[in-house]
Amino acid sequence: MYGQETDPDYPTKLAEFEARIARGEKIEPGDWMPERYRKQLIRMISQHAHSEVVGMLPEGAWITRAPNLRRKQVLLAKVQDEGGHGQYLYHAAETLGATREEMLQALLTGQAKYSSIFNYPTVTWSDMGAIGWLVDGAAIMNQTMLAQCSYGPYSRAMVRICAEEGFHKKQGQEMIIQYAQGTPEQKAMAQDSINRFWWPTLMMFGPHDSASANSDELIRWGIKTKTNDQLRQEFVNELVPLLHALGLQVPDPDLHYDEETGNWISGEINWDEFWQVVKGNGPMNAARLQARQEAHDNGRWVREALAAYGERHP
Amino acid sequence: MNTNHQTALAQKLLFLADDELILAHRNSEWTGHGPILEEDIAFTNIALDEMGHAATWHRLRQELTGEDVDTAVFFRDPAAYRNVQLVELPHGDWAFSMLRQYLFDVYELVHLAQLATSSYRPLAEAAAKIRVEEIYHLRHTAAWVTRLGLGTAESHQRMQTTLDTLWPYAQQLFVNLPEDEALGEMGMAVSPSSLLEEWQHLTTTHLTQANLIIPTNHMPPTTDRADHTDHLTSLLAEMQSVARQYPTAVW
Repeated sequence: MYGQETDPDYPTKLAEFEARIARGEKIEPGDWMPERYRKQLIRMISQHAHSEVVGMLPEGAWITRAPNLRRKQVLLAKVQDEGGHGQYLYHAAETLGATREEMLQALLTGQAKYSSIFNYPTVTWSDMGAIGWLVDGAAIMNQTMLAQCSYGPYSRAMVRICAEEGFHKKQGQEMIIQYAQGTPEQKAMAQDSINRFWWPTLMMFGPHDSASANSDELIRWGIKTKTNDQLRQEFVNELVPLLHALGLQVPDPDLHYDEETGNWISGEINWDEFWQVVKGNGPMNAARLQARQEAHDNGRWVREALAAYGERHP
Repeated sequence: MNTNHQTALAQKLLFLADDELILAHRNSEWTGHGPILEEDIAFTNIALDEMGHAATWHRLRQELTGEDVDTAVFFRDPAAYRNVQLVELPHGDWAFSMLRQYLFDVYELVHLAQLATSSYRPLAEAAAKIRVEEIYHLRHTAAWVTRLGLGTAESHQRMQTTLDTLWPYAQQLFVNLPEDEALGEMGMAVSPSSLLEEWQHLTTTHLTQANLIIPTNHMPPTTDRADHTDHLTSLLAEMQSVARQYPTAVW
């Protein structure tokens, strides 16, 4: 069911497969699919799952310091949702023959990536607002597209996840709006969060289309329906007027409105920084992986006990 | 209700709220660091439930005292907290957190069944509602006690060591306090000591089935809820840090 290019029937099967996608049909587990399609999906879905799980850390770190009970409960619920998203996504990848253990190993050894945004630190409370509004907002743009993707289990997971992410974004936006209109200290805190998260959020959409190794194939096979640059532009167009309306600055001196296209045009992204973070040299890469490794190591005796108990009490 | 009774009831609600709040805080420290993803999700959910219960008890207290819930949580000094020491101890390893939660869950179920018959309607209604969630918590933690008690030699050893540590601390939950007499007279709440026998029966049966030996030390570290370890001081310093740094801000 996973087609190899060496198979003499490969071109025929590939043509049928691509025709199904062109008709808008979903590919389901067990259907014929090119091995490359399977590999690309496992890479994307597991990367997405890891992002959810690693993403629990920067926000989880502020649960104990939330400044009132309501915000504390909302943040706990949000971080719990992220764990839940990680779980759906690992299951979606399992339908393609990947195992949880393999995926976890790939994360811990640094072979698998996760969203580079989580390699930035969360240093103030209002970073919870910036993550919700900017980071989850950017993630929703990508995920709304992926909800249309050709692989059934991934598409359905995205529909559920987007519904929950919509709340996260609203909660984050509500915080930034409130703080922008709060005390001078709160406004300064909100501005500082936007300053630190703006560029890393734009980087979340990935390299420019011209430098994106995977884009063409992903679009042809209906995994992605929009390019990195298209999604990034939609995000900038949505966010800039809203931030300006709150009296907050976008930390981009080259940002300008283009009358002809109706687009807000950003200055150039610092791609050196992007690639450094992707390669593991971001401010928090080592700390995030260390936290995952420690949880894994500290949990070993627990998993062994579960397995031993399970064997005796099937 | 005379002033005496009202003061006693408000104090009882503070005990309930502080126990839940501090335990929820400790549990929430696990979020993102659990031994398996499924447990990260489940235990975060338990922390969230406990946080919600703390908020419920505080709101009932606010109706009596007028003190704002967030003020009571974020602007009260450690010396004015009234949780038992059991819940303020650092979260330890997974055996410690599971066993502590289990011992507390059994206490809560036994306690809430009684509070649900309170003559103070708001308390009775809240207790009945919270009890439904606690049934699930207990099911979860009781299963962990069994698995870890009977799992491997290492998990068993960790559980026994933890039980030896926690058992005396758990006894503080059953100490009668000056407020209890007034509340008992009004049928508002039963005395904590009256819950001990059922708690002991339930925990002893379950722990013994998990091959754990019940410690012989039944002496709580303190009988006064005003007494705390220095763990509470650092816990509250962290919890209250943002709120206290910007005391006039609304979050």
